[in-house]
Amino acid sequence: MAGIADQTPATGDDSYRRIVAPLLLPTWAVIGIFLVLPVGLMAVYSFLTKEFRGGVDWQFSLAAYDQFFLNRGLFGDEPPVLEWTYITIFWRSIWQAVVATLLCLAIGFPTAWFIATRPAHSRGVWLFLITIPYWVNLLIRTVSLKFLIRDNGPLNEALLGIGLIDGPLPLVNTNLAVQLGLFYSYLPFMVLPIYAAVERYNFALSEAAADLYASRWVTLREIVLPIVKPGIVAGCLLVFIPSLGAFLAPDLLGGAKNFMIGSLIDEQFKGSLGNWPFGAAVSMILMTLVMIALLLYARSAAKGGAA
Amino acid sequence: MRGVRHYPGFLAITVLCLVVLYAPLLVIMAYSFNGSTSITSWGGFSLRWYADVFTGPESARFGQAAWNSLTIAVIAASLSTMIATAAAVAMVRGGAFRGKRATFALINVPLMVPEIVTAVATLIFFAMIGLTTGYLTVLIAHVTFCIPFAYLPIAARLQGIEGHYEQAARDLYASRWQAFRLILLPLLAPGVVSGLLLAFIISLDDFIITNFVKGAGMETLPTAIFGSVKQGIKPNIMAISTLMLAVSVLFVTLSYLINRKGRRSP
Repeated sequence: MAGIADQTPATGDDSYRRIVAPLLLPTWAVIGIFLVLPVGLMAVYSFLTKEFRGGVDWQFSLAAYDQFFLNRGLFGDEPPVLEWTYITIFWRSIWQAVVATLLCLAIGFPTAWFIATRPAHSRGVWLFLITIPYWVNLLIRTVSLKFLIRDNGPLNEALLGIGLIDGPLPLVNTNLAVQLGLFYSYLPFMVLPIYAAVERYNFALSEAAADLYASRWVTLREIVLPIVKPGIVAGCLLVFIPSLGAFLAPDLLGGAKNFMIGSLIDEQFKGSLGNWPFGAAVSMILMTLVMIALLLYARSAAKGGAA
Repeated sequence: MRGVRHYPGFLAITVLCLVVLYAPLLVIMAYSFNGSTSITSWGGFSLRWYADVFTGPESARFGQAAWNSLTIAVIAASLSTMIATAAAVAMVRGGAFRGKRATFALINVPLMVPEIVTAVATLIFFAMIGLTTGYLTVLIAHVTFCIPFAYLPIAARLQGIEGHYEQAARDLYASRWQAFRLILLPLLAPGVVSGLLLAFIISLDDFIITNFVKGAGMETLPTAIFGSVKQGIKPNIMAISTLMLAVSVLFVTLSYLINRKGRRSP
């Protein structure tokens, strides 16, 4: 993950050295002005005062963070106690993202292993099959999943038809539906990095373990997993991060009871009932969580590289 | 030899994985050909919902949304590919320069910031500079987040091209621009096309950021579909979804084939 562009090319070519700046200027300008600067402004916004028509007043205020963490009673005059509403939403989002990540790992690892142990010429086709759904519009995939698992949808009809269940399984608007939706959205992100790690794995190690009477599963646990761990960690991160801030799966599959961070943020920017500074503050907290996850990953990757 | 590579059950899980990935898509495709007005019962094979997409009561709305989606995707993909190509040339052929690591991090920022955070930040930015949200703001946001997707295949391809070809051209008095246009660009073409196609799909796919910065009245296909689905999944949505699905699969397949062909030649 250290970056493709970090490596000096084999030829050590620097024929464009003198015009590096003009070549990079458009990238710096576009991402700098339209993404980095806006994120900075968002940070400022989270410390402004909310105005009633859904705008802001340029007055420094901690109200947004106060609203997130503290409850001062109905009239704001009671001693502050910890506010659980938003922490609960964050906790639920983290939990949903963790379950989705574990689901992806349980299905993704065997799949990646299976593909990586195919003959070289057929691996490309398997990988292609795994990645195609990722390129299909996420909204369409989520709507399709909802159509499939809804109360009188094809899945329930099929299960009823073969007599496995007596009444339709109420799947839509449950936690499970959201977890399934997140799993379905990001599964390829788990398979690809694990595949890359397994493909580089030296199978002679497994053979040596087998010669020393280790069973398959002992070999998997003691030899394979420690070696392909960087791929597993990368896959988990690639699933966990987008799941945490996901909007479509919780919104379409979860219903009102299973509110997640994405919907909470979305609500702050809709119509005159919104609260932009609060929405900015929630976004800042989400981004902080993601940055912590990325930093932990960078540290574990650096440790793995040193070992 | 099969021994250590084989784990019982892994084939079954792989098949399960593919079933899970494809079942919802296949079901929605099948039901888009349903002749019945009800989405629960099967009324025989029919193309009526495809006709409905193009001539039905909602056709004007979806037509306008499709036009917006398509033009934004074409413009955003083209611009971001040009920007990314210049960046890739500088990063791969520029030697070591100050700020290289920072630039690499900058290119990756759109991939690291959660989409909904990008959406919020972009909306706040446009509100602050007083730019009315609409077609232009959506286009700017799309160009920005498409850059890393265009960059990755171009940089990967460029790393595989040795510098000798351009060096030879320069030795024969080609200007830097001539060496780029006549030597490097043709060699780089598969990467550029691949980046262009990926950026196009990424732009077409986006819902969250578009939904934040589009303003009232302006729709792209995903936002129009989302608005419609909120009232229930109707058969014409399945037909539109199937059409969009076909476009995505077509483009990804093209990108895959071009890349594979590119890898075989020089």
